[in-house]
Amino acid sequence: MGKVLLEMRQIDKVFPGVRALSKVDFTLREGEIHSLMGENGAGKSTLVKVLTGVYPRDGGTVTMEGKEIFPRTPKEAQECGISTVYQEVNLCANLTVAENIFIGREPRKYGFIDWKTINHRAAELLHTLNVDIDVTKTLDHYSVAIQQMIAIARSIDVSAKILILDEPTSSLDEEETQRLFKIVRKLKDQGMGIIFISHFLEQIYDLCDRITILRNGELVGAYDVATLPKLDLIAKMVGKDVSAVRDMEVAAEKSQPSDEVFLSAEHIGATGQIFDVDLKIHKGEVLGFAGLLGSGRTETAELLFGVHPISQGEIKINGKKLDLKDPMTAMEQKIAFCPEDRKVAGIIGDLSVRENIILAMQAKDGILKHIPYKEQVKIADDCIKLLSIKVSSREQLIKNLSGGNQQKVIIARWLATQPELLILDEPTRGIDVGTKTEIQKMAVALAKKRGMSVIFISSEMDEMVRTCTKLIVMRDRRKVAELENDEISSENVMKAIAGGAA
Amino acid sequence: MGKLKEFTSSSLFLPVVALAVLLVFNAIFVDGFLTIQMTEDGRLYGRLIDILTRSSSLVILALGMTFVIATSGIDISVGAVVAISAAVVCNLIGGRGDGVAETPMALAMLAAVGVGILCGVWNGFLVSKLKIQAVVATLILMTAGRGIAQLMTEGQIITVYYKPFAYIGGTIPGNILPTNIFIAAAMVLLVVFIMKKTSIGLFVQSVGINPTASRFAGINVTMVIFLVYAFSGFCAGVSGLIESSLIRAADANNAGLNMEMDAILAVALGGTLLSGGKFYVGGSVIGAITIQTLTTTMYALGVSADQLPVVKAIAVVIICLIQSKKAQEMFDKWKAKRAGDQGLEKAVEKA
Amino acid sequence: MKHYLNQLVASQYFSFVVTVLLFVILYAAGIMTYKGFMRPQVFLNLFIDNAALIIVTVGITFTLLIGGIDLSVGAVLALCCMVLAYLLEFTTVPVGLAILIILLMGIGFGALQGYIITKFDLQPFIITLAGMFFCRGLTAVISRDTISITNPFYVELASTRIQLGVGFISVGAVIALLTLLIAAIVLGYTKFGRTVFAIGGNESSASLMGLPVFRTKVMVYTISGFCSALAGVAYSLIMLTGYNLHGLGMEMDAIASSVIGGTLLTGGVGFIPGTLFGVLIQGVILTFITFQGTLSAWWTKIVVGALLCVFIVMQAFITEHKSKLSSKSSMESASK
Repeated sequence: MGKVLLEMRQIDKVFPGVRALSKVDFTLREGEIHSLMGENGAGKSTLVKVLTGVYPRDGGTVTMEGKEIFPRTPKEAQECGISTVYQEVNLCANLTVAENIFIGREPRKYGFIDWKTINHRAAELLHTLNVDIDVTKTLDHYSVAIQQMIAIARSIDVSAKILILDEPTSSLDEEETQRLFKIVRKLKDQGMGIIFISHFLEQIYDLCDRITILRNGELVGAYDVATLPKLDLIAKMVGKDVSAVRDMEVAAEKSQPSDEVFLSAEHIGATGQIFDVDLKIHKGEVLGFAGLLGSGRTETAELLFGVHPISQGEIKINGKKLDLKDPMTAMEQKIAFCPEDRKVAGIIGDLSVRENIILAMQAKDGILKHIPYKEQVKIADDCIKLLSIKVSSREQLIKNLSGGNQQKVIIARWLATQPELLILDEPTRGIDVGTKTEIQKMAVALAKKRGMSVIFISSEMDEMVRTCTKLIVMRDRRKVAELENDEISSENVMKAIAGGAA
Repeated sequence: MGKLKEFTSSSLFLPVVALAVLLVFNAIFVDGFLTIQMTEDGRLYGRLIDILTRSSSLVILALGMTFVIATSGIDISVGAVVAISAAVVCNLIGGRGDGVAETPMALAMLAAVGVGILCGVWNGFLVSKLKIQAVVATLILMTAGRGIAQLMTEGQIITVYYKPFAYIGGTIPGNILPTNIFIAAAMVLLVVFIMKKTSIGLFVQSVGINPTASRFAGINVTMVIFLVYAFSGFCAGVSGLIESSLIRAADANNAGLNMEMDAILAVALGGTLLSGGKFYVGGSVIGAITIQTLTTTMYALGVSADQLPVVKAIAVVIICLIQSKKAQEMFDKWKAKRAGDQGLEKAVEKA
Repeated sequence: MKHYLNQLVASQYFSFVVTVLLFVILYAAGIMTYKGFMRPQVFLNLFIDNAALIIVTVGITFTLLIGGIDLSVGAVLALCCMVLAYLLEFTTVPVGLAILIILLMGIGFGALQGYIITKFDLQPFIITLAGMFFCRGLTAVISRDTISITNPFYVELASTRIQLGVGFISVGAVIALLTLLIAAIVLGYTKFGRTVFAIGGNESSASLMGLPVFRTKVMVYTISGFCSALAGVAYSLIMLTGYNLHGLGMEMDAIASSVIGGTLLTGGVGFIPGTLFGVLIQGVILTFITFQGTLSAWWTKIVVGALLCVFIVMQAFITEHKSKLSSKSSMESASK
């Protein structure tokens, strides 16, 4: 085992109202590839941001090679020897490969930039990573995989001792991933410490030496990969003991799906995002998309709503083949979609609750068929009552509501359109427990009483187990299992995610 | 007290106060500013009527600009479109000395407004379909537009002797107020009607605030953006009629000159953020009248038309700074720091 | 063959190649139509007549490269001409000092605009539009009438001909060519220049890579202000007057030249030699109109507008298809 390179002790980080990290420890050794795992909101990215100086820490110590460090900006972290390569490559697409590696630290001759040396050294540096490309071409000539390797080259050249790879493989294909791994292993052999963050379990087991698991901002533990079965890892991440999971009660009051199929998708996919997914959703059914973040849950849902066009397969609604080319086409088929990222794709912050509620309905009716104010008020009031949305008035701006109430308004927006299929993508993320239960109950009630089809996507396993009558389990952007009725249990889902074998 | 606070925080506060200050200033320093008299043939006249008359085309432009800015765009071509519209109408009616119209006036007017809409459609196409930045897209027409207007008038100033043409910017016998005030009022009413009877207002705000979420809610973002530019072109077309009628001529170089700045200023003064989102038609209308009052006041103070932009430019920068989030943050920090310092001092005093 | 064509279209020099070709074709057409085009001096006149536009275009190119814009250039030029004329005619300030004063004015004004835009995160077009109105207005405040420059030294400077064998160029043209050369070196071979490109490519990346974003952005607007003032000197050497309407609409000509020369309006891509050809194309069109004799001046505005439009649409088209075109070439190069 190598020398300890980085030691983080008792790290605390508090945001207004939320304790993002509480007394987290993390140790990284030389020549070690260390994975940081945890579901949404577990604190992975906060920990990385504390380390790279994006956020200041509120407590605890960070020591590097025995010396305490206090990076305040990414630049200062870099100077300490900590470099990060993000999923969206943080380079400039319009500059040449060589320049991207050296900008800010260009070698100069007579005060002017010495392009010859830059190009020469860049080619050399990339050669050591087994990347032989024309370094005088602009970055946008190359695929994301190559761009990431260039970003790594840049980090190495600023003499990094620690390299953080944040979701580097999420847009790479198999071959590219293997190529990246080869480089990472090479750096490991040179004694670099590498923090690898990914949602792909296979890759973590393939590449990493150790895993540190976080949950709800707290440390669960640090383990050797070799001694930690996948099933245990998932159980630790979601916070359920495997045996406890087995015994968990399944809610009795589920909906009874009818035999009528509302929507069926055959072999649908979108280049680089989703591969070959089959699914059928019946009327009155609550269908769950299970899987870890990045498994393709959201992307599949977006295909069904026409956000992106499908590149293969076909979608049939009520038995009729349809081309869902934009959200409006899907809406006309009575499909509704509450997106995952509430702030970016959901709320119109500066508009009132009333306006936010009637928006989709109005979009469906068109510009000319204006819903009279009185009717708007009635719809809004009904929704507010029905979903018990807590507002001071229906004219309150939505941005001033709590997360849970914002979510309810978005759901109300779609219920107002009288959908037959309601897609809820992470409807319970970042909202209080009471509201979470309400939303789960509502999903079941809609299917049961109104015969609506519901697609429910969530990272929280219990929630899915309690609400869904059928579960589609996804991994690495593919469907890996379909669980029905009695098969639905946290354990089975975890097994499916872990790849059958425990 | 509560009502007062409501008013000070409303969007109309700034333009109304600015207008009031200007009016009071004028009332004190300009003789007979507030007097309105009746001529023998039954027309009202006075400085206030004058301001209203002159602000009519700016009010109309500001209406169109309001929607454009609400979608976080901008249309700097309106001045040039005014010149094109003026050229079209004067060209069609013709500059015959015997006062006969070559084309029926109604037809000529329709054609001018139609050309205005066409210009707007062009801008809308560039911005919404080709996704070119609004400034650059409308800059093309801003400059080339004046060339087109000159081409139509062949570089001359076409003077129209056909009498009824003067009625657009003047008074139709028997009316007590100039026609253009009615036109502006009609345009405002049209917009109010559209706002009440269609949902375009909601969509425009929605697109201006969050285009991604708007798309997810099923709004056709491209179409909304296209429509606002087309409408802005329509408004500029109507303004062109008024501007040309006021001088009974088409002057390709000077018709609508600098009006884009005035329109932007009116919209900003009216409380609409230049970064888009919520918009205030009433604010823009009062803003436009305020700008015209400012212009008249400056003239009264001996500032010439070509020097006036100095004042307006400063006004724009000040309004931008007031609206700027960053400036607000800095101000809040400064205030907090000062409050902190004072608190500290007090604590020290107590000790 | 198709492969090479694709790569050419995807390359950032595509616009430049089109521009040079267009220039050559236009000039050849000129030679075929009018004998006068054959004279070398007609070519050199392009530089003499467009000296000011070249300098302004260089300045505006900096702002376009960071994804900004400067609409105040024409007005700053007019203000500088006016101040220069005023100083030379109504005061005893020597020529050198007068020029220094207006250059400092341009720098100061540009820096102020840049500071306001960057510090308060305001849209550059609105602030520079205000700047344009401010300077035009200020010019009229100084004088509403034309002020002629009669300072003997300045007049002589204006009529100085620098012989080049086949013809001659003016002092203004020399300044313009020097500006081009310095700008090309600054953009290509200094840290500052490369930071400009990086900001235009991706501002947040640039700041994550530790580049001085704030300082560079303010500098860029300062340079644009300086270039406008310098162009004011070149302009006044031709006109020998200060007048409120000097350089009217020049911002459009400059943006057009820059875009025609291959600068992307979204920032990050641009090429100084390209901007020169952008100006030259406009110059040739103007020469055409002069030679023709019956075409009127407004045709230039229309043609330049149309040209700008064509190139912008071309840019939009290329950007949209670039991902397709270049993804192909990337696969090939990566599999090497």
